[in-house]
Amino acid sequence: MEEKKVSCTRPVSVAAQDQERAESQQASDEKVTKEVRRMSIMVGRKAPDFQAPAYHKGEFVTVKLSDYLGKWVTLCFYPGDFTFV
Amino acid sequence: MSAVADNYEEFQKLGVEVLSVSVDSQFVHKVWNDQELSKMTGCDIPFPMISDGGGNLGKLYCVYDEAAGIDVRGRFIIDPDGVIQAMEVLTPPVGRRVTETLRQIRAFQHVRATAGGEATPSGWDRGKKTLTPGPDLVGKVWKVWSPKDEL
Repeated sequence: MEEKKVSCTRPVSVAAQDQERAESQQASDEKVTKEVRRMSIMVGRKAPDFQAPAYHKGEFVTVKLSDYLGKWVTLCFYPGDFTFV
Repeated sequence: MSAVADNYEEFQKLGVEVLSVSVDSQFVHKVWNDQELSKMTGCDIPFPMISDGGGNLGKLYCVYDEAAGIDVRGRFIIDPDGVIQAMEVLTPPVGRRVTETLRQIRAFQHVRATAGGEATPSGWDRGKKTLTPGPDLVGKVWKVWSPKDEL
């Protein structure tokens, strides 16, 4: 996890496949017209990689799922901070 | 999420990293930690709280509710190879049970340790009997396991 400088630009979470596509698009400056099929979520299949901004013990960091390869991970989505459950 | 934080030591004992995700910004995560969660658990949230503004991760994991603009409750157990072993998705008003998540992790770790040689029947937890699938067990599960063993 790398620490990030805080600015007024809001960092965004991004799927690794979209990031790679954006980077290759930038490099070749080619318009990608072919629709890349989305990975489906299914037990027994690879968890789609992503990179996302996070808050961790006083610091603003970037988390990449693939950095956790070799470890068990529990990924918990929830509706929102300050909700009641 | 405070319940997960409260049981974090048990996750760590099992060698499990926790990542929480909601559409709130990193700044809101910080304030929620400082103002509320740390008061519930007595310490700072020990795991990274991911910000998913726009719901890109929620969409990737099929838990983004487009109409509400939020990620619904989705919990995924991912093994060291990066493979999803379990998923549980709930609508917002009902919370998860952390002890059940931990039980499932123990079961998946047991199966992995036996290289798939053993399977864990319904309700299995540490110390309970496992099943060894094979030709000899076909039609004979009733001899070694009863539904009463679940509880």
